[in-house]
Amino acid sequence: MQAVTKTRTNGWVEVGTLADIPKQGARVVRTQGGDIALFRTADDEVFALRDRCPHKGGQLSQGIVFGNKVACPLHDWKINLDTGLAVAPDEGCAARYPVRREGDVLFLSLVPEEGCPNK
Amino acid sequence: MKEKLVVVGNGMAGIRTVEELLKLAPEKYAITVFGAEAQVNYNRILLSPVLCGEKKFADIVLNDDAWYVDHGISLHKGKEIVSIDRRNRTVVAKDGTAASYDRLLLATGSNPFLLPVPGKDLPGVIGFRDLADVESMLAAADKYQHAVVIGGGLLGLEAANGLMKQGMKVTVVHLPDVLMERQLDQAAARMLRKELEARGLQFIFKGVTKEIFGKGRVQGVRLEGGHELTADLVVMAVGIRPNIELAKKAGLYCERGVVVNDTMQTYDPRAYAVGECVQHRGQTYGLVAPLFEQARVCANHLALYGISRYEGSITSTKLKVTGIDLFSAGNFTGNDTTEDLVMQDAGAGIYKKVVLANNRVIGAVMYGDTMDGTWYFQLMRDGTDITDMRARLLYGQSHLGDSGHGDIKTRVAAMPDSSEICGCNGVCKGTIVKSISDKKLFTLEDVRAHTKASSSCGSCTGLVEALLASTLGGDYSTAPKKKPMCPCTELPHDEVRLAIVNQKLKTIPAVFQTLEWKNADGCNKCRPALNFYLLTAWPGEYVDDNQSRFINERVHANIQKDGTYSVIPRIWGGETTPAELRSLAEIAEKYEVPTVHITGGQRIDFLGIPKETLPAIWGDLSKAGFVSGHAYGKAIRTVKTCVGKSWCRFGTQDSTAMGIELEKMTWGSWTPHKFKLAVSGCPRNCAEATIKDFGVVCVDSGYELHIGGNGGVKVRATDFLCAVKTPEEVLEYCAAFLQVYREEAHYLERTAPWVERIGLSYIKQRVVEDAESRKQAAERFHYSQRFAQADPWAQRAQGVDKHEYIPLKLVG
Repeated sequence: MQAVTKTRTNGWVEVGTLADIPKQGARVVRTQGGDIALFRTADDEVFALRDRCPHKGGQLSQGIVFGNKVACPLHDWKINLDTGLAVAPDEGCAARYPVRREGDVLFLSLVPEEGCPNK
Repeated sequence: MKEKLVVVGNGMAGIRTVEELLKLAPEKYAITVFGAEAQVNYNRILLSPVLCGEKKFADIVLNDDAWYVDHGISLHKGKEIVSIDRRNRTVVAKDGTAASYDRLLLATGSNPFLLPVPGKDLPGVIGFRDLADVESMLAAADKYQHAVVIGGGLLGLEAANGLMKQGMKVTVVHLPDVLMERQLDQAAARMLRKELEARGLQFIFKGVTKEIFGKGRVQGVRLEGGHELTADLVVMAVGIRPNIELAKKAGLYCERGVVVNDTMQTYDPRAYAVGECVQHRGQTYGLVAPLFEQARVCANHLALYGISRYEGSITSTKLKVTGIDLFSAGNFTGNDTTEDLVMQDAGAGIYKKVVLANNRVIGAVMYGDTMDGTWYFQLMRDGTDITDMRARLLYGQSHLGDSGHGDIKTRVAAMPDSSEICGCNGVCKGTIVKSISDKKLFTLEDVRAHTKASSSCGSCTGLVEALLASTLGGDYSTAPKKKPMCPCTELPHDEVRLAIVNQKLKTIPAVFQTLEWKNADGCNKCRPALNFYLLTAWPGEYVDDNQSRFINERVHANIQKDGTYSVIPRIWGGETTPAELRSLAEIAEKYEVPTVHITGGQRIDFLGIPKETLPAIWGDLSKAGFVSGHAYGKAIRTVKTCVGKSWCRFGTQDSTAMGIELEKMTWGSWTPHKFKLAVSGCPRNCAEATIKDFGVVCVDSGYELHIGGNGGVKVRATDFLCAVKTPEEVLEYCAAFLQVYREEAHYLERTAPWVERIGLSYIKQRVVEDAESRKQAAERFHYSQRFAQADPWAQRAQGVDKHEYIPLKLVG
């Protein structure tokens, strides 16, 4: 699971269970501030990113997940799930959101982590 | 503690290996580099443009000082290693600097060969190898007038041209009677000579240098027979010799070069060698492409991956003299058993010769128009049977049915920076050229990664290669012959497909494990391909992996740029009824479909459907009798038809009924790439059957079958497969053709390039001549259809894959 650098005591939202997200897949949490994509990797790590590719706004949640990366369905940019950064030589980022797992239940924080302007 | 890697040689081969190594194992070694030259690593093949004044040294630097610092590499510039103590594993430089190593990489390059004639050591007699030589030449050109270049090969002519551009009077003395005899045949060499003479170079052929004379500095060259040439500068360019002095002294086994095995290892397991100093399978190389292939393999072994082998390179040559286009590759002289195809237009300054053996290209030499050099080279390396394109071969690749881009391909160098090269990704010439020079790109793959040019449909690949060639001065790395299917493996598509069948691999993880995939769960390139290969190999048995499918196929609709989807129901053969149209209209109104469009394949497209709405709209379509049109997939798309003899006064057969039968037989099938069909009722061909993957043209006597057409980015008219008499035969031939394509093409390869790659003759043999093979292929197709013809929309309207269509959670 993603390291939580900025933990808030409240503001965690229960969004579902691990089983709700397919392995090597993603689901979307729809918020008033826009969609957040929750990704589940082959070894059951869960990451959350703003569901907008830094390139042309493609929905990252619709991409193919492999390793700790997702390939944007529009123009095949690869985004690192753990950092939100585009894989070189492309440049850009999608904001990360803290995810917490208690047993199989997933909690999402709606406050993005620092470091990426694309929130 | 990190292991220590010492690199002897700060040139292109050594540093390229280090770069490849850093990609694979950035933390493995503490790296120390020794270079005899006082500079950082620069692009040696661009010394000619520096000599000509077209580029400055700064332009050709590949790795500046900061790069070495950033990567924690200790660089010793201007320190020539003079001895290696293999027992104590240390190297010592001329000035006494020493370093110890766990592994050693020799990349000492080559030295110009100096003719052993009197006077060869006089000041003003130099080779053409490094920046110091170029600086001597430029200094001489400033002060003196007369230059003699000994050697009329590639390097000699580049030096002569550069010195002439710097204002010197240059005479080239050449031993054979034709220029560049190793790269050119007589005809091309004559054209080159004429051009260079017109520019002001003088040539002496069959010239044997006897002596170089002068007091204090060179003053002239004396030839056999007594002829004397005035010379203030003599450049010897009669060849290079691998620089093996150091390796020899250290007791490493050398012949002409340092002998290495397929892993670039010398006879000392701790010592590797790459580049021009190397002898591999009896060959030495003096070009950059092989050296990069070697670097990749060597880095792989230094990183202890141990899975890559260097199997030698086939090389091609381009001359880097501005305004002269020359290309040669392979055996271009031929012999008694070969055939020559020759095209010569002296007026236009064009000469092309392609040498064939057993209907395969074994060599080519071109002058004036070299745009198709890379294509001939590719045909040669792939061993492609050219029987089917023989008549058009000399006119170049653009004449193989490419009506879209033929004209702009001709003069890429003359194009303005604003011209668009890659239409798919909107990349202009200027952007590509800037990336190549600023980011030091060498390969097509590099350009694809950095600019996206040529990374989609690939039709501009030739243009991008031409830009690489013109920007880099003609020499760049080409892909190795065996192209891996993706970065997760070394295996090409064909070998993976074969292994799936032969080794009975039935799941993606089984493929990964058995074929030793580098990444545990593959990547977004190999997984969709493997999913398709497994589906084709094990119909009814393999369980489709949804997560390995591209979004469109995963959700059975086409994603649009705003994240909504398009929905295109099947309309069999393009024939519909008022009742069908009425229900489509009602559904479109019910869901407030923003745009309704008629597609090029005679279907109706609903655009702008939100993902959550898809199952509901499919439910309604399903109730009205519609099934998925698969307009989103690498699958059977549509069968386009005309009305045929039911109405048309020219119609010869019932083309609509034929089309509907074909569509009923083929729908639902997954294919390597999208697959389109059409049936025209007469040779007027209103259904445009001759630009489809499988086209039928009805005639009085029956049906003409056509294959491999494409109306997309790169237009290709079909090849005529055969004529048949009955609709049953049309169905059987179509099923057989489809199945061979499904079983043998690479994933994402349309029928058009596939037919060009494997040849029409082969397909005819499988589908037309061998009746048994046809029947069996058709049977295999029908068998796989038993599992494929379930409507995915109806299933999803009933709740299959529900999670794909709804958000996990709504918050706020």
